[in-house]
Amino acid sequence: MGSQSPVSFQERVRRALSDQRLRAALAKASENFKVKRTTVFAEMDDLAAQGLTLGTRDQLKAEGRRIRQHVIDHLDAYVKQAADSIRSRGGQVHYAADAHDVGQIVKQICAAKEARTLVKSKSMASEEVHLNAVLQAAGLNVVETDLGEYIIQIDGETPSHLIVPAIHKNKQQVAETLSKVAGEALPADSQKLTAFARGRLRELFLQADIGISGANFVIAETGTVLLISNEGNARLVTSLPKTHIVICGFEKIIPTIEDAAVLVSLLPRSATGQKLSVYTSLVTGIPGPGEADGPEELHVIFLDNGRTNIVGTEFEETLYCIRCAACLNVCPVYRNIGGHAYGGVYSGPIGAVLTPLLNGLEEWKELPYASSLCMACYEACPMGIHLHEHLLNLRKRAVEQRLPPWYEKVAMKALAWLWSSPRRYKAVTSLGRLAQRLSGGWYPPPLSHWTRSREFPKIAEKSFRERWSEINGAE
Amino acid sequence: MRVSLFIACLSDMFFPNVGEAVVRLLKRHGVEVDFPQDQTCCGQPAFNGGFHSEARRMAQQWLHAFRHSEYVVAPSGSCVAMVRSHYPELLPEAAEVAARTYEFTEFLVDVLKVEDLGAQFHARAAYHHSCHMRRDLGIYRQPLTLLQHVRGLELVEVPRQELCCGFGGTFAVKMPEISAAMVTDKVEAVAATGADILVGSDSSCIMNIGGRMAREGRPIRVMHTAELLWEGVKNRG
Repeated sequence: MGSQSPVSFQERVRRALSDQRLRAALAKASENFKVKRTTVFAEMDDLAAQGLTLGTRDQLKAEGRRIRQHVIDHLDAYVKQAADSIRSRGGQVHYAADAHDVGQIVKQICAAKEARTLVKSKSMASEEVHLNAVLQAAGLNVVETDLGEYIIQIDGETPSHLIVPAIHKNKQQVAETLSKVAGEALPADSQKLTAFARGRLRELFLQADIGISGANFVIAETGTVLLISNEGNARLVTSLPKTHIVICGFEKIIPTIEDAAVLVSLLPRSATGQKLSVYTSLVTGIPGPGEADGPEELHVIFLDNGRTNIVGTEFEETLYCIRCAACLNVCPVYRNIGGHAYGGVYSGPIGAVLTPLLNGLEEWKELPYASSLCMACYEACPMGIHLHEHLLNLRKRAVEQRLPPWYEKVAMKALAWLWSSPRRYKAVTSLGRLAQRLSGGWYPPPLSHWTRSREFPKIAEKSFRERWSEINGAE
Repeated sequence: MRVSLFIACLSDMFFPNVGEAVVRLLKRHGVEVDFPQDQTCCGQPAFNGGFHSEARRMAQQWLHAFRHSEYVVAPSGSCVAMVRSHYPELLPEAAEVAARTYEFTEFLVDVLKVEDLGAQFHARAAYHHSCHMRRDLGIYRQPLTLLQHVRGLELVEVPRQELCCGFGGTFAVKMPEISAAMVTDKVEAVAATGADILVGSDSSCIMNIGGRMAREGRPIRVMHTAELLWEGVKNRG
């Protein structure tokens, strides 16, 4: 699983860069999210000064990070507590080591319930294990109900953004996609398109046997599944069908409802610039006596899929990620190439780190280099994850595993040899100057990669060190 | 007070005027300046590529050159960030010198406590904030303070100024298409300000933006902060 598409990374990047519509959409969305996020956090800092929020951004960030770190430090205990709490409220708990396990567990539940139709609300964990493909192969009708996910499911695509999965499509493209389902040409009108999708999805909500959701957090103390959404589909998915299945990475467990308050103060603000998303749903167990609504069965699947391999390594804090996508929205690389170029389910800076960690560095060796290390991601991350350091650590690991091409290794060895001696360093400067004079503007790779789009500066007639005695002497 | 100039290889090879400006400005404020001849490159290209043992070799050479320095000052936020943020782990014996290493504008404002150099320069200038300087070292206000005090200089903000210019060291040649897209965006943003001059405190970033502007034939002069300040001081005579 998690294997790359047959199209190479370089080719995916080239395609994305030549798609002007995509880049315009990404630039617009990035700016929009950035402005909203910085505004809402500035407001929060003002409110904090008046004692009207739990704290300032920095205070909540430190607290949020502390909570996540505490859970990862005591992961076994919290998984057990969460499982006990879920069971004590009538839910069932499953553990999935990998994608295969999730597929088996869900298929078994479907068989037991004689289910035919499943509705899903947005879940990156289910994307990660390619659940839809597994279920469809088993003859089940599984439908995404988040509008963006619904659109990309029709086209057989993967999400290109953590929270705006169809960010790569404009109105016209969405109309074309939905028209395929409608069997008639729908106009490129947001309201009409939404109304069409809503009508279709309502029927499915009512006839679905099983609802599948992810979890933004699972509260260990109460076994509560916390879901954040803006469309209300998560609420329908988790309440209308008779069976509700939750797929949740181990690391999404948090200790208490108070901890949830801290993290929910950060998540929508970081994600969409909202104080709260339109719906914040807390699903606790199955209905008790006298409670009329809610599914009869609740299954929570805790997913590992490579996560426990990260615990205890230098990459551990990547497990603090709350999937807000702030790092995507500020990333100048993501802004230019979008999510699909990354090739994995997760994109942007967090994807460039997580995909190689979860699915193997050898197969995903280009991703850690898809960053200028500008640190905008680190600055935006509400959990303070040092994404740039992790990219550097992955590059170091790549070198240790001998993954970079041989000529890069030769070049670096040569550079280190030449530039660890002032004599050789000076010789390089002189030779470079001569070569530049003789070559008539021609440069060998990798400098030609530079000159394809930029001028390369001339080596000075006299370098600074050659001028030093003259500069130092004159007053 | 004695400062050792850490020129950084790009300024040494391509932009020696930057080094000269730094030396003249420091001396003007009573600082003795020396130039350790054994310095080469900080090793950042190798480090960022994941080649730590190669980077360590260059770091050792750096430490050899600067181990006795009272202060080390460099006209490059990125190279100072390499030294201050990464040397302590890469080469622990360099940690003490690393802590005495400053970026040029930071040294003027925070150590020498100088904000007004008495410079005069009539132009409309856009300032480019370098990512490592701003986010890794937290140096943001210092270059602006120095430039705001230059008489006749109109400082304008680049739209979406927080975006990286796309240099990123080896990134520029390893991911050339993405880097080109980023620098093209940056040049467009700079041009939109109507500035005559692009000023920056990292030769690497302004070499990148300047290289693209030259390719596009944009008549915008590129200057390092130190160069602009020194020319401004000379203008006042």
